[in-house]
Amino acid sequence: MSLTDQLLAQNTVKLDSKIPAGPMADKWNSYKDNMKLVNPNNKRKFKVIVVGTGLAGASAAATLAELGYQVDAFTFHDSARRAHSIAAQGGINGAKNYKGDGDSIHRLFYDTVKGGDFRAREANVHRLAENSVDIIDQMVAQGVPFAREYGGLLDNRSFGGAQVSRTFYARGQTGQQLLLGAYQQFSRQVGLGGIRLFNRTELIDVVVIDGHASGIVVRDLVTGELQSHAAHAVVLATGGYGNAFFLSTNAMACNVTAAWRAHRKGALFANPCYTQIHPTCIPQSDDSQSKLTLMSESLRNDGRVWVPTNPNETRPAHEVPENERDYYLERLYPSFGNLAPRDISSRAAKRAVDKGLGVGPKKNGVYLDFADAINRLGREVVEERYGNLFEMYERIAGENPYEQPMRIYPASHYTMGGLWVDYELMTNIPGLYAAGEANFSDHGANRLGASALMQGLSDGYFVLPYTIGNYLAPMLNKAIPGTDHPAFKAAEEEARIRFNGYLASGGTKSPDYFHRELGKIIWDYCGMERTEEGLKKALSDLPALYDEFKTDLRVTGNGESMNQTLEKAGRVDDFFQLGMLMCKDALDRQESCGGHFRAEYQTEEGEALRDDENYCHVSAWQWGGDPMKPNLNVEKLEFEEVHLATRSYK
Amino acid sequence: MSHNLKNITLKIWRQDGPQAKGNFETHVIDEITDEASFLEMLDILNDKLVHDGKEAVVFDHDCREGICGTCSLMIDGQAHGPQRGTATCQLHMRQFQDNATITIEPWRASAFPLIKDLMVDRSAFDRVIESGGYITAETGGAPDANLIPIPKPIADAAMDSAECIGCGACVAACPNGAANLFTAAKVAHLNRLPQGQAERYSRVENMVETMDEHFGSCTNHGECEAACPKEISIDVIALMHKDYRKAKFANRKDLARK
Repeated sequence: MSLTDQLLAQNTVKLDSKIPAGPMADKWNSYKDNMKLVNPNNKRKFKVIVVGTGLAGASAAATLAELGYQVDAFTFHDSARRAHSIAAQGGINGAKNYKGDGDSIHRLFYDTVKGGDFRAREANVHRLAENSVDIIDQMVAQGVPFAREYGGLLDNRSFGGAQVSRTFYARGQTGQQLLLGAYQQFSRQVGLGGIRLFNRTELIDVVVIDGHASGIVVRDLVTGELQSHAAHAVVLATGGYGNAFFLSTNAMACNVTAAWRAHRKGALFANPCYTQIHPTCIPQSDDSQSKLTLMSESLRNDGRVWVPTNPNETRPAHEVPENERDYYLERLYPSFGNLAPRDISSRAAKRAVDKGLGVGPKKNGVYLDFADAINRLGREVVEERYGNLFEMYERIAGENPYEQPMRIYPASHYTMGGLWVDYELMTNIPGLYAAGEANFSDHGANRLGASALMQGLSDGYFVLPYTIGNYLAPMLNKAIPGTDHPAFKAAEEEARIRFNGYLASGGTKSPDYFHRELGKIIWDYCGMERTEEGLKKALSDLPALYDEFKTDLRVTGNGESMNQTLEKAGRVDDFFQLGMLMCKDALDRQESCGGHFRAEYQTEEGEALRDDENYCHVSAWQWGGDPMKPNLNVEKLEFEEVHLATRSYK
Repeated sequence: MSHNLKNITLKIWRQDGPQAKGNFETHVIDEITDEASFLEMLDILNDKLVHDGKEAVVFDHDCREGICGTCSLMIDGQAHGPQRGTATCQLHMRQFQDNATITIEPWRASAFPLIKDLMVDRSAFDRVIESGGYITAETGGAPDANLIPIPKPIADAAMDSAECIGCGACVAACPNGAANLFTAAKVAHLNRLPQGQAERYSRVENMVETMDEHFGSCTNHGECEAACPKEISIDVIALMHKDYRKAKFANRKDLARK
């Protein structure tokens, strides 16, 4: 009996993925044909809470409001236009086959399952590939100024892990343009009264009554006031948890609090160890650094990655002769070359730097060189494609990438793990949904480039508006608990005690100090390469540091006005608890797959070695009252359409 | 090569709330690497303040990549500081010299009420967008994306103005606190595109009128363009005025206005 089957027999929570029957290509249509509907005139009787206004949240809120539901939308930002979806640079995939190069929905589906190292749920991925086509249409209709060719048709480029050109882009600001498109659609609904917007308001707790998600408790960040909001359904579109590493490409305020508070209320957290390290970020320059900046992966279309063959090389890059350079991605992965997927490119960079071949003042990067592209295409074309990225690099690194190669190094960027959801994107708590990066479902153990934007918009525009209706239809005219229910009062009281506790802790160190130390532990032991020994060390260091956090934290200011130190304390608290779960999950998964690389499980060439016999499952963790003692539940992954194979990009 | 800056004096605006009296507070940073960003310098200061039992300086910031538009700050009287085309979060200390005195203030504009210290409320921008800064295309009914070809120069021009990050530097830099550059950038983005034609005139009318409810008037100083971290051209304001005038003179029956 495989480990998966043994674990399956021990599940304490029933995990029904609700995958529709029928052939893979028909499942989503068959779901839509059979789902329950809410009459247009009855939709206004339902209230839906959407937390987060990034791509997934804004598109879900706008669409639900267009359908006629009452929507309350919450963001901790000052405006719905700020979420970190905005920083995605490279593009969004769509299986349009506009280039006639053999793309299809099936091929995008296949690439995504393979890219995820066969650890995603097939049916979800197929639906994502189907929706990708509609997303492009929808966003063009919203006025997103995608790049075009001279004939006026849309332009495409290729991205890591794909051999076709299916990526639509708007200069290096695709995420910004898509988010603004969704934000404008969302704002139209705010203006029309379909959406009530609560800005500078942070989710503090999820309220579950009789097993159903009944609402949320939020904190007004300007006044510190706690408020309860009741609804028929709650959507968490609150992003990923990459800031657990402290240094990451995430925005400063990105946090796990919403997902974590839902987890503590019973929602299972799936595959927390699946984190993505992006290969092309600007290396750390000094110890006070607050975040790392990503350079779009699209740069790898024209840039060539190399390191000098001599570890003691001191000459500037352009003086190093060709025969003393190692274009290691082109050498190791000839068919994908510089476009090898992110996990593979990241580990290759780490190996080069670990061997002492790193470049730059701290020898902590590799070159991404555009000299060939500039010779081949001319500076003007390179500038048109990547001009704003080059400028950004120059501002940060103080070097001109037209004249000397960029220096890049991997950094934490995206988290594939997240709240466990079924095919309807509902967590195991009825009425509680998770969308976009906050859920776990579509990317398996590794996400391909230009797929995050696609997933956020697919979930928000084309999945939730259907599946939420299916849940709400039977609730028509039935009363739901209001905010005067004792469960809301209890959640508010618990939150009050927690925040007062941070203010009263009277220690000596700031939340930022603890975040930095926490991040170092997670990066060192649960980063690009993990070992049993390291993870065990992390699992002894983390609780010790967490104890120190609880006794030696200092939060200045008060709880009745804007207090960013206090906000940070709450977020760091949740990162501590999540960090323990990440390490626990990484230790438990005794195989390597995608972004989860356990040094003990690798092929002779140093590639990830999966164990399909024992680990072809989703690890969905249940809160056990103590962050060090979660309970494991599993969902077995069955592959009907894609043949399980060793992932090769050679 | 990096080096350490010495003896930086910061004069920072502190104010507890919109009604409270504000004042400048002086802090000295003895030494800091010029690789640090301006906001990292404030992080370091805040960490020290918390360590000393004092309240940290409140300021808006998030992506630190110059794209989310959350950060603000008047630095030595210039919105987003001395480097052209750069948001505060991308400003690095290498732009400053040893022994510098740097004055840091919030955006000052009546449409942006102060929340605390260096943080202001820019919600008036959202009101302008809500009044018409969109193309009505409800989810589900869109035709194929390649149905309407858009000439590349038009798509590029639309993109030029769509790059606005909504930070508010244009308003803060304007002596009148006008939001013409912000509003016009959105009008120019959408009104240039074929998809934006159906609502072209109602959009510009509604947006301009909402803008006028909240913000001051434009008198062509051009400070907005100089302060814009995305270097959006002031030409878009002319385009907005042209469309606004057309909207006012257009045959209203044909436009099927509300």
